Amino acid sequence: MRVVLRNPRRELDVPAPRNVGQLLYDLEIVPESVLVIRNDTLATRDERLDDHDRIEIRPVISGGAA
Amino acid sequence: MRCGRCRAPAVIEVRRHNAGYCSACFVRHCREQVRRAIEHYTMIEPGERVLVAVSGGKDSLGLWQLLRELGYEADGLHLGLGIGEYSEASAEYARVFAAARGYPLREVTLATEYGFDVDGGARAAKRAPCSACGLSKRHVFNDVASEHGYPVLATGHNLDDEAAVLFGNVLRWDTELLGRQHPVLAAAPGFVRKVKPLIRLSEREMAAYCIVAGIDYIVEECPMAAGNRHLGYKSALNDIEERSPGTKAAFVFGFLERARPQFVGGAETARGGLRACSVCGSPTPADTCAFCRMRARAVGEPISVRSSP
Repeated sequence: MRVVLRNPRRELDVPAPRNVGQLLYDLEIVPESVLVIRNDTLATRDERLDDHDRIEIRPVISGGAA
Repeated sequence: MRCGRCRAPAVIEVRRHNAGYCSACFVRHCREQVRRAIEHYTMIEPGERVLVAVSGGKDSLGLWQLLRELGYEADGLHLGLGIGEYSEASAEYARVFAAARGYPLREVTLATEYGFDVDGGARAAKRAPCSACGLSKRHVFNDVASEHGYPVLATGHNLDDEAAVLFGNVLRWDTELLGRQHPVLAAAPGFVRKVKPLIRLSEREMAAYCIVAGIDYIVEECPMAAGNRHLGYKSALNDIEERSPGTKAAFVFGFLERARPQFVGGAETARGGLRACSVCGSPTPADTCAFCRMRARAVGEPISVRSSP
């Protein structure tokens, strides 16, 4: 399946199926720091992702030291 | 995973509450957290007009919508910082959001109103860009709120922001800043009240709220913020939160309830010694406030002389 990452934007091909938690673990991404969006809808850690899914891993950490 | 409230399929898990939420229940959860924060800390009195500092990012746009949904007369203020395409894109997200909902949006641009941008200010004042940016925002937001009669300025600082700032203040044992850190900064001569209604919501919850509520926001990070200390603190705290959900909330709310009172005296003494800036009249401990000194250096004026840009 195709996985889009942001900041900077890049794309990866990742073998499917696997669930969201496994995907983040494999990519060494801390789940608290991102949202996983499958086909424009939020996905929880236990959801299974398949080959035809469009996946975005969106970072949620932002901000300067104001 | 199922929604803990209605048993519909969940779209997000909030581990510190040990709960999953469907879209509708999650929106209600976010509204409830903001309502509770406003009431608990007496942030906004009934009938008060609120000015929301709006960047075009998830927190400020989400906050604006949540305040409106809760019935507050909340207008937006966007400050153009002059950070190239990033600032232009951010402003456009704010404009599109406001226009689609009919929310009033005020716009001020540093370059037009004050004659410099963040990069110029940072170089001239020998400050980090994030420091020059924060100084400019604090000054201009307060200025605009005062000028247009808003008694309250609301910012989109969330639980993660407060935890990261607290973490930094503790690492340096900055007792004055520890005494000042609170979701409400009371009004004082020259200062409107400043409030942080998102203190009970994490950064991840705010991003999820925007997606669920159909708010299109700028996902790209400010190019000047990359690698800054604040982001490093957030990353470290998220590593801890992953192993021990609820740590960030316990850190911030435990501090507010049990530790902050010990530091308040120093912060009040510092605020009590303020006088009017010789250029703009804003409260400052010096003859000229830090913003006016930075502006003067950036535009090549002698400090303490104000002229139109």
